[in-house]
Amino acid sequence: MQQTFLGYRRENGRVGIRNHVMILPLDDLSNAACQAVANNVKGTLAISHPYGRLQFGEDLDLHFRTLIGAGCNPNVAAVVVIGIEPVWTQRIVDGVAATGKPVAGFAIEKNGDFATICAASRKAKEFVHFATELQRAECKVNELWVSCKCGESDTTSGLAANPTVGNAFDKLWEAGATTIFGETTEITGGEHLVMERCATPEVRDRFKFFFDRYAKVVDDHKVDDLCDSQPTKGNIEGGLTTIEEKALGNVQKIGRKAPVIGCLEKAFPPTGPGLWFMDSSSAAAEMVTLVAAAGFVVHFFPTGQGNVIGNPILPVIKLSGNPRTVRLMSEHIDVDVSGLLRRELNLDQAGDKLLEMMFRTCNGRNTSAETLGHHEFVMTRLYESA
Amino acid sequence: MSIEFVVHEEADGVGVVVIEGLKAGTECNGWIMQEDKIINFKILDDIPIGHKVALRDFAVGDTVIKYNTDIGKVVAPIKRGQHLHVHNVKTKRW
Repeated sequence: MQQTFLGYRRENGRVGIRNHVMILPLDDLSNAACQAVANNVKGTLAISHPYGRLQFGEDLDLHFRTLIGAGCNPNVAAVVVIGIEPVWTQRIVDGVAATGKPVAGFAIEKNGDFATICAASRKAKEFVHFATELQRAECKVNELWVSCKCGESDTTSGLAANPTVGNAFDKLWEAGATTIFGETTEITGGEHLVMERCATPEVRDRFKFFFDRYAKVVDDHKVDDLCDSQPTKGNIEGGLTTIEEKALGNVQKIGRKAPVIGCLEKAFPPTGPGLWFMDSSSAAAEMVTLVAAAGFVVHFFPTGQGNVIGNPILPVIKLSGNPRTVRLMSEHIDVDVSGLLRRELNLDQAGDKLLEMMFRTCNGRNTSAETLGHHEFVMTRLYESA
Repeated sequence: MSIEFVVHEEADGVGVVVIEGLKAGTECNGWIMQEDKIINFKILDDIPIGHKVALRDFAVGDTVIKYNTDIGKVVAPIKRGQHLHVHNVKTKRW
């Protein structure tokens, strides 16, 4: 396996593979101003989201952790934050400033959209000049943080695309990289397999805590056996019958070699190399947004029936083992591993094919989702606003 | 040799159809991945790509094994070669 790639080394030592100047809204009210700034200043990336008002407690903490984490992500060179009022805006600015990267905040109250957009645009322009002069430098594979999450899975996911990710994850683990998986409810039926892989009894207890906590959410709110939700309509159309079957395919993504060295709450960064679990929703955009906020810089997304998700800051590499999906939705698929089902390709070769695409992506190749403009940034909510 | 369905492990009770347009009555080759063996029998239903074929007869209440692991319970009788899906198998969870 290739051992180096050309990435962006940030002020705090972390390595990114993209170089975005992000225009980040604190709240729903600030989306319009962020979009206006991105329209004024070419080469910036405005993110939109519908939240940030009257949240409280753990849900508010997760809101800040997600936005600050997105700003801190090493794929981001500099950040302009816009909020309705200055105090929470500054909280995001301070959080991102801890990385050492350029960041500035602007508040709309007492200024209005026009003055805010004008001031923020001037700062954004300055940041684009800064970012565009940064050069890629040689980085090592053990500096990479790689996440995975599958979507619109079918039975080919468990036979081909997910084991391909598992093979690549095993090789990345051997090379000292940091990897992560999540999707708590989607492990239902395979939880014993994840628990067997936990490095210590403490990690196992922590995993069990997250698993049971999510199972209780399902139990408290379910009105049936979640047929059509988990598995989804698309999963069932693709041949998956039960959550157990879906889960056993899902856990193929963690490979066969690496122990699970820790379990994280949503959007918290890992503290060292190795394979991590993050408690998360199994909805694609929510999970990918959480790992982007945790600092992951490249993502493996196996799909069966053809989920089209992307993320504004975390490049999503899509692979599929379903020959029909590869044929009918070719513009979405970066890596075709359908040869596994025809015995034209073995798992080791499929894993290498994915890793080759990962290194090309790290060096600058835009993924299918990036070229198609898929910028799904979906924040996880824990409960209602006050 | 062409492969019409794939089985994860020899202990499994189901295989996954990996070609499009498979018709009832077709003699099919199945590849057991783990043991790298080929099995052969006749499919009794039209089965879409990605959907499962029963590798043995099942009675109501039986457990279906895939990945050498429990994936759910049988709720309507299934014959070897028939389509096995949400109409005859349900989750044991939730």
